[in-house]
Amino acid sequence: MVTQTPVDLHALARRIRRHVVRMVFEAKSGHIGGSLSATDILTVLYASVLRHDPQRPDWPARDRFVMSKGHCTPVQYAVLAEFGYLPVEELATFRRAGSRLQGHSVLGRPPGAENSAGSLGMGLSFGLGIQLAARVQGLDIHSYVLMGDGEQDEGQVWEAAMAAAHHRAGGLVALIDRNGIQNDDFTAKTMSTEPLDEKYRAFGWTVRAGVDGHDLDAIVEALRWARDVRGQPTCVIFDTIKGKGVSFMQSNPAFHGAPPTPEQFEQAMRELADGADGS
Amino acid sequence: MTTTNRAPAATREALGPTLIKLRREGLDLVVVDADLGKSTSARQFGDAFPERFFTFGVAEQNLISVAAGLASMGHVVFASTFAVFAEHAFDQLRMSVAQPHLNVKLVASHGGVSTGEDGASAQSIEDLALMCSLVGFRVIVPCDVVEAAAAVEAAARTPGPFYIRTSRPKSSVIYTDGARFEVGKANTLREGRDVSIIACGLMVERALAAAQTLAGAGVQARVLNMATVRPLDLPALERAAAETGAIVVAEEHLAHSGLGALCAQALASSHPVPMEFVAVDDRYGESGTSAEVMDLMGLTPERIVAAARRAVDRKRV
Repeated sequence: MVTQTPVDLHALARRIRRHVVRMVFEAKSGHIGGSLSATDILTVLYASVLRHDPQRPDWPARDRFVMSKGHCTPVQYAVLAEFGYLPVEELATFRRAGSRLQGHSVLGRPPGAENSAGSLGMGLSFGLGIQLAARVQGLDIHSYVLMGDGEQDEGQVWEAAMAAAHHRAGGLVALIDRNGIQNDDFTAKTMSTEPLDEKYRAFGWTVRAGVDGHDLDAIVEALRWARDVRGQPTCVIFDTIKGKGVSFMQSNPAFHGAPPTPEQFEQAMRELADGADGS
Repeated sequence: MTTTNRAPAATREALGPTLIKLRREGLDLVVVDADLGKSTSARQFGDAFPERFFTFGVAEQNLISVAAGLASMGHVVFASTFAVFAEHAFDQLRMSVAQPHLNVKLVASHGGVSTGEDGASAQSIEDLALMCSLVGFRVIVPCDVVEAAAAVEAAARTPGPFYIRTSRPKSSVIYTDGARFEVGKANTLREGRDVSIIACGLMVERALAAAQTLAGAGVQARVLNMATVRPLDLPALERAAAETGAIVVAEEHLAHSGLGALCAQALASSHPVPMEFVAVDDRYGESGTSAEVMDLMGLTPERIVAAARRAVDRKRV
């Protein structure tokens, strides 16, 4: 299997959101808001754009997904599980002693995790390294690097942005999950990073901004556009909602890194049940 | 053993030519650099193999995480900059390289206070502490240009992350070409039964000079070149303690957190003996020629001689 096209991506995304909420609830810790904001982007990426094969996680010619916002492992592990990289039951071990599924991303654990992350700002550099290696090896592959908008505070992001344009790193695709909230508060109050699109353009990138990060058709169209740009790095800025899919978590800074209470968990699972949103 | 008759050379000069040789032998090298390739000699590789050489400007954090990405694709990756700027990318070394144990070899030149005229900001006296704290890193401080070349080759041929510290000034050539180098193996440069002087980098030459002086006064000092600071050669260290009963550690680094501290910790549990330390006290350096600053910071053969005498005296108590 090189690419998978599930019939109902909406249902898949809802299932992944349920995994996310359950993992963080059962672990009593974890980053739920930024996982839910990125769920649709990753679901579409793995289903329709990324060239990968869960049966061969070491396939040299695979595209790489680089998780730069490494605290959002709930969605990363849930996606990897749904696409066959690990048993879905293993998600219940998230953040527990002896589990492969640490709180923040670790290269190779589980298979399909391409990089170690947690300290923010390193993934774009890592992805650039992959694409430069691909150039040395004559491999035509892509690296999709998922970053947060709060993560744009990190100076290293801009070192990497400058270097990627300088080296004309085609195949390097920055995906920004612009949910507008970081650890302590709204990004606009914490550190102004806007206008992100103009910043990336000024650094020499080809940019598409204003993509609805919860419209699956818009996501697939934007990702395919980014994939097909040749010879230069591309950036897609997705407008997303932190905590998307659970009414009381949406756009609520309290759910950056806090688990839901039992009552909140029950309500979240009701809201995320199949058919609950009328679909 | 004394120094060879070869003209003095800087350990940093070994990097570029060795990498070129290794690439010609077929090693899958990629080299990355942060605007110091002329000084570290890495640029010579770029001139020979431009398709395998990438520069990143004055941006060391990006440099190290890019190196990690390249290594994740199977290449043997050499990154080079100055030692103080390697410190600038500590978390990148920790999270991007050490935690996934990627095949990145960081060769940092201008280590220690012998960097000289540029002053305190350019003098790394804490790099070994930082690099030795990274799980799985091997840390090497070659004493001359021959050993530096051998260390680069050994790092290239040994999987996993390395930190190799080289120096700016020219120094004596101690080894003859083709001398064997083994990661984690200390080298006895001079035999002695009264005291052991354990040194790395530029302090090896000073240790040999000190041993010569001590011999004139009837004290036979063993000189161990502990080029691999991590992992230490424990058997050689324990033999030195058991057979000579007193130890001096000499290094171009802060006393509280470098080779001396590591040796003391290792011996404390197996062969505690009187130990003395010749290193940088709890202070920063200043400008001056390499020799002037080394003297100013007390990194001299005379200090090693005095330390050896103290250690020998303490044995007799």
